[in-house]
Amino acid sequence: MSSYDAHFRVWRGDVRGGGLEDFTIEVNDGEVVLDIVHRLQSTQAPDLAVRWNCKAGKCGSCSAEVNGRPRLLCMTRMSVFDRAETITVTPLRAFPVIRDLVTDVGFNYQKAREVPAFVPPEGVGPGEYRMFQEDVDRSQEFRKCIECFLCQDTCHVVRDHEENKTAFAGPRFLMRVAELDMHPLDAAEESGLDRRRTAQDEHGLGYCNITKCCTEVCPEGIRITDNALIPLKERAVDRKYDPLVWLGSKIRRRPS
Amino acid sequence: MSVVDRQEWDVVVVGAGGAGLRAAIEARERGARTAVICKSLFGKAHTVMAEGGIAAAMANANEHDSWQVHFRDTLRGGKFLNQWRMAELHAQEAPDRVWELETWGALFDRTKDGRISQRNFGGHEYPRLAHVGDRTGLELIRTLQQKIVSLQQEDHEETGDYESRLKVFQECTVTRVLKDGSRVSGVFAYERETGRFFVLQAPAVVIATGGIGKSFKVTSNSWEYTGDGHALALLAGAPLLNMEFVQFHPTGMVWPPSVKGILVTESVRGDGGVLRNSEGKRFMFDYVPDVFKEKYAESEEEGDRWYEDPDHNRRPPELLPRDEVARAINSEVKAGRGSPHGGVFLDVSTRMPAEVIRRRLPSMYHQFKELADVDITAEAMEVGPTCHYVMGGIAVDSDTAAARGVPGLFAAGEVAGGMHGSNRLGGNSLSDLLVFGRRAGLHAAGHAAATTGRPRVDDAQVDAAAAEALRPFSAEAAGEEPVAGPPENPYAVHQELQQTMNDLVGIIRREGEMKQALLKLAQLRIRARRAGVEGHRQFNPGWHLALDLRNMLLVSECVARAALERTESRGGHTREDHPAMERAWRNVNLLCVPADPADGPPVVDPEDGQIRLVRETTDPIRPDLLALFEKEELVKYLTEEELYE
Amino acid sequence: MATGTEPPPTDPRPPSGVRGAGRAAIAAPHLRTDRWWLAPAATAAGLLAFIAYSTWRAFANADYYAAPYVSPFYSPCLAQNCRPMHAGPNTDLFGGWWGISPAIIILIFPLGFRLTCYYYRKAYYRGFWASPPACAVAEPHQKYTGETRFPLILQNIHRYFFYAAILVAGILTYDTVLSFRDEHYAWGHMGLGTLVFLLNITLIWAYTISCHSCRHIVGGKLKHFSKHPVRYRAWQFVGRLNARHMLLAWASLISVALADFYVYLVASGVFDDPRFF
Repeated sequence: MSSYDAHFRVWRGDVRGGGLEDFTIEVNDGEVVLDIVHRLQSTQAPDLAVRWNCKAGKCGSCSAEVNGRPRLLCMTRMSVFDRAETITVTPLRAFPVIRDLVTDVGFNYQKAREVPAFVPPEGVGPGEYRMFQEDVDRSQEFRKCIECFLCQDTCHVVRDHEENKTAFAGPRFLMRVAELDMHPLDAAEESGLDRRRTAQDEHGLGYCNITKCCTEVCPEGIRITDNALIPLKERAVDRKYDPLVWLGSKIRRRPS
Repeated sequence: MSVVDRQEWDVVVVGAGGAGLRAAIEARERGARTAVICKSLFGKAHTVMAEGGIAAAMANANEHDSWQVHFRDTLRGGKFLNQWRMAELHAQEAPDRVWELETWGALFDRTKDGRISQRNFGGHEYPRLAHVGDRTGLELIRTLQQKIVSLQQEDHEETGDYESRLKVFQECTVTRVLKDGSRVSGVFAYERETGRFFVLQAPAVVIATGGIGKSFKVTSNSWEYTGDGHALALLAGAPLLNMEFVQFHPTGMVWPPSVKGILVTESVRGDGGVLRNSEGKRFMFDYVPDVFKEKYAESEEEGDRWYEDPDHNRRPPELLPRDEVARAINSEVKAGRGSPHGGVFLDVSTRMPAEVIRRRLPSMYHQFKELADVDITAEAMEVGPTCHYVMGGIAVDSDTAAARGVPGLFAAGEVAGGMHGSNRLGGNSLSDLLVFGRRAGLHAAGHAAATTGRPRVDDAQVDAAAAEALRPFSAEAAGEEPVAGPPENPYAVHQELQQTMNDLVGIIRREGEMKQALLKLAQLRIRARRAGVEGHRQFNPGWHLALDLRNMLLVSECVARAALERTESRGGHTREDHPAMERAWRNVNLLCVPADPADGPPVVDPEDGQIRLVRETTDPIRPDLLALFEKEELVKYLTEEELYE
Repeated sequence: MATGTEPPPTDPRPPSGVRGAGRAAIAAPHLRTDRWWLAPAATAAGLLAFIAYSTWRAFANADYYAAPYVSPFYSPCLAQNCRPMHAGPNTDLFGGWWGISPAIIILIFPLGFRLTCYYYRKAYYRGFWASPPACAVAEPHQKYTGETRFPLILQNIHRYFFYAAILVAGILTYDTVLSFRDEHYAWGHMGLGTLVFLLNITLIWAYTISCHSCRHIVGGKLKHFSKHPVRYRAWQFVGRLNARHMLLAWASLISVALADFYVYLVASGVFDDPRFF
């Protein structure tokens, strides 16, 4: 087993300020960036704050930016870097920093609450749900999401424009709307909730300019843009920009 | 120190995994104002790691399945040590719990006729595991999380506040359960982000903190699994049950070293994967124990036929309960027939087309591709045993999930003992979370509603808890300690603890080694008292670890002491010096109770630790449940007297 | 004398985005070390090259017909000033008042289709407008409203351009059929141009069918695939093509230019169309 010393630059600080700190640290065969961060903790910087949990790419806790790209620390293998390269690790740059590599991801939890939940169909009891695999495939892809929020971090709509955070739910939660709209038994429509219309009106679907960074960074390989966001845009078009529907609503409104 | 912020709740749930969230949902639906506290972010709990599925006898895949068969499998798997009433409730209620998830938006894989698909798993007679590819745990946690959000949306509509009746305190750690006399009065906790202390006052506390794997070096468990709930209950005076039973999952990754221990799901074997040693032999055929002889195939041909025609063939021995497979792998490696990195080969590449593997086992495919650079559709995986689950836990009442001896304390999920006996079957964990999570929430809400005169939080207890939590910042000043010395690095103490437990109280146990382990634990306990940290209280991982050490040491001592006491081999407890299963031990529970005073300064003498053991005889299994088994089978487990009764 | 008490000169625009208050204090707009600028630069260069070429050709109003081939830029040809094409795709729909190149009339449709295409939007938002230039690279704009307002809200009419694109593709298919004639309009012949046209029309159709709007219309809008097995199969087919939408967008862009250029070469007499039979 071979090992070598790598150069790391890790952002340390908090909301009051901070900067990149240099470290030289041992790296062994087969390790990932999170292993190195842990070695820094146990040998050089015991109070280096980092969020992590499963260390197997299943929980989506250790999101950060490595050499400027949003990544999961536990799924970024050291072998992808050149040994002489300096590896820069920073917190997610779209969210307020708490300390070191830990950011306040509360934005995402707030947005999660704004998406109306699954509406169970009337008159279908537990155990009576019948759905076919081809009907659940689409939503299942979106439910692979581990909520690492890398898509939310990389999306320029909020990353570069703090002021858009109120109006825009972000790729993760627009995908949630798509998931529910494609759920074969979701009864939102029957209950008077038009998910397609609210995607545009309340969750800011129009802000998305489909530049696909969310898809690029997704560690689960979910095709967010092609399979969730664009189909959702098309569904919104069905509701809002179809001239026949529009004309119909104008004509019917006139008498009143 | 009344500066500590206090809030009033009806039910406090510690832990936001499957059991905790299910408990919180139930408590809130029963009208209790409910708070959930978890160490990680909401939705990141270790439950997401569960891959295979939820065991429930819905009989979608095989119409012969029923709760009775599920019960029978569970007892067989647990070697008849299970708290049988729990196993009965579990088998009966699991289907309802799964179906209920669908009404909350879960999307399981489907059968051809549109019902929930069920897959085979080790120890289950019929295909029984409801699943979503190999990410069932994620589906479970996300569904519960989204159900909680939907309840919060209802509350928001009514009260204008999302968190008026159900609130999640994420990234907070509970360090003490507070008591008013014998009753629970609340919990003491700190925010990881700020280090700020706070108290949640409540007449009912549900502990749902999961397991203890982080006390072992090779483990599939995440950092959260430091035995917090076990320790909280013990320190509050509630006994722990059968802590010697620790499940080593047979198939964890063995290479590269940084991912050693990460789980390779049992579905790999359920879907046709086979185990081979370095000679290419399917060695599991040599390891079928007598009690299972009639149930498993004797030839590769028969085993292979079973996947297609399970009614007329017996299952392959790769699907034996986990303890058997783990021991077999251990033996093969010891005999020099292991793989290059000290495991054995688990192969699907020669058993299924690549496209099928990628569809049925997507996250395994990615896990190996990305972490080990191995393409499982082209080559075999290397796997070996990894510490996975603790069957032991807080001793609870089967029906109500109430912890013994502490009114107002409840426990559900991995932290509760009894359900799985000496060994858990795959898939029974997720159903356990749902069945007993719900029961804990139900009875906690009932307890809170029935409480007259809310219990009072004692200021002295709050002050003591705060002082205890702050000790790592003044480690040098620990002059009054029994053995003074320089401050210790908490990471170093933790690593030594993991090494000790792994080497001396691991998968195969010997009396001498366990005595050595107890000695070592006593030393570590003293060093842990001196664990010091740098920096301040804001998101300081060194400090968090220093506080978790107390729990890990306490729980490790329980495991070691109980393992030393039980002089037989059964399920997740294997003694090299007592290799046989003894019928006389079948009805013996080992309870860990706090030695007085459990939270006083540590004692140096390893003979005289923080806990002591109490033996008790289990309740006899109800006759109608016993009647589900053949007499010949029962003879292998039960003593003559038990059989005659 | 400066006493050191004056406020430091302030940027009139408060820092925002990744350098805004609350975010981790990092001055660099991005920390990427790879050649992230390569993709947007290549995209911009490719699109600019096509724009330059097509503008020249569209306004040239010459060399677009060499029997039996008509340039896809000029098909259908709908004004009086069109070159006569025997049985070709021309009708005098606009009459004599249309003075400039007849290509302009019809190019609106493929242009609109490609301009509102979900792939090209990504390409030019990134390549021309730097919004964003690349993932996790800060964009230079102070404000961003995306496709919520005029004019970009018009991107939502993509599906109507898709319908038009189907018609255009139909006409180009007709042109391809006509290319199985010789220069005297006798059927049953083939030349190199026929192959170029065949390649082009295949790519045009593949690009058109792989459109996201098409995917939605054929089946994506459905809630229950199990009740519509034929549309489900169609959706799956379009989905497989759709995964290569970017590739098809570029391939068909190049092929259409190539087909036009071929006609130009033959029409302007640079070389003769090699005939096979």
